Amino acid sequence: MASVISDSPGRRAATVRSGKLLIAGGFGVGKTTMVGSVSEIPPLRTEETLTELSVATDDLTGIEDKRTTTVALDFGRITISPQLILYLFGTPGQERFWFLWRELALGAIGAVVLADTRRLASCFPAVDFFERSRIPFVLGVNCFEGTQRYTEDEVREAIDLTPGVPVQLCDVRERASSKRVLTTLMQHVISTAQQRGGPPASGPN
Amino acid sequence: MNESESWFDEDAGPLVRPFALTRGRASVNRHDLNMITLVSATRSDTEAVALNRESVEIVRLCQGRLLSVAEIAAHLDVLLVVAKVLISDLIDEGFLTVHSVAPPPTNVPDMDLLQAVLDGVRNL
Repeated sequence: MASVISDSPGRRAATVRSGKLLIAGGFGVGKTTMVGSVSEIPPLRTEETLTELSVATDDLTGIEDKRTTTVALDFGRITISPQLILYLFGTPGQERFWFLWRELALGAIGAVVLADTRRLASCFPAVDFFERSRIPFVLGVNCFEGTQRYTEDEVREAIDLTPGVPVQLCDVRERASSKRVLTTLMQHVISTAQQRGGPPASGPN
Repeated sequence: MNESESWFDEDAGPLVRPFALTRGRASVNRHDLNMITLVSATRSDTEAVALNRESVEIVRLCQGRLLSVAEIAAHLDVLLVVAKVLISDLIDEGFLTVHSVAPPPTNVPDMDLLQAVLDGVRNL
């Protein structure tokens, strides 16, 4: 649903807020599927060019190797009210690059790290990233058809997750299931903010 | 070669270099825009005909509705950084207005906003 603006030109813009949640995890774990299951628009794709600055170790004094990488991300939109629009950004599949994308994490309200029990290790970099950046996150264990089911405690132990981080089994193809994960995330974000007595890692936009 | 046959396809990448649209400017982000900053049009797209094609398209997309910088970049199929430059220009020229609120300067969490997001996802 698009918000209709009744402002006439020259008038001060109405106050509308936007916020973002991140959906992270390894390649092919269902990030874009989850975005699509709750978004009011078909997921959109946008790109950014990141610069990876690496200084040459050989004695090439003053010569820096500045490599750029283009990363793409898929995102969706949820109009919560005429005053509040929420965006869900799936982190790009090129795992080692999106961590350099400072703006992506800046101002994020919280994150869902999706895990696939057949390839648990692929979620480790995202877990590390959100733990370091103090962005509240939940672990969603996407249960693909035919995969062995593990209990939430078994997954928690296997990942050595920080106590207090919620773990939830889900099927991100199902809107209701994705909604439960996002609800758990927001409850966790709020309780984390209350415990810290300060803002979540960074304020919403 | 027959003129109707292209020697290039999608794999060839864009034929216009990304920053040609912005006249080489990559970081002129005068309005502190981020990927979820919301903008809307304040003038009609017919008034924007003198602008370049992409800018007209942005003004057209933002008629009567709020779009984020990321949505505009996606619709135009340009890099986010390019969209920011084009949008900044359009704000300066009075075609667009910014709606999002800057984050509060204090360290107090905006519990009202967090609660509103929780209520919103519960009602999905």
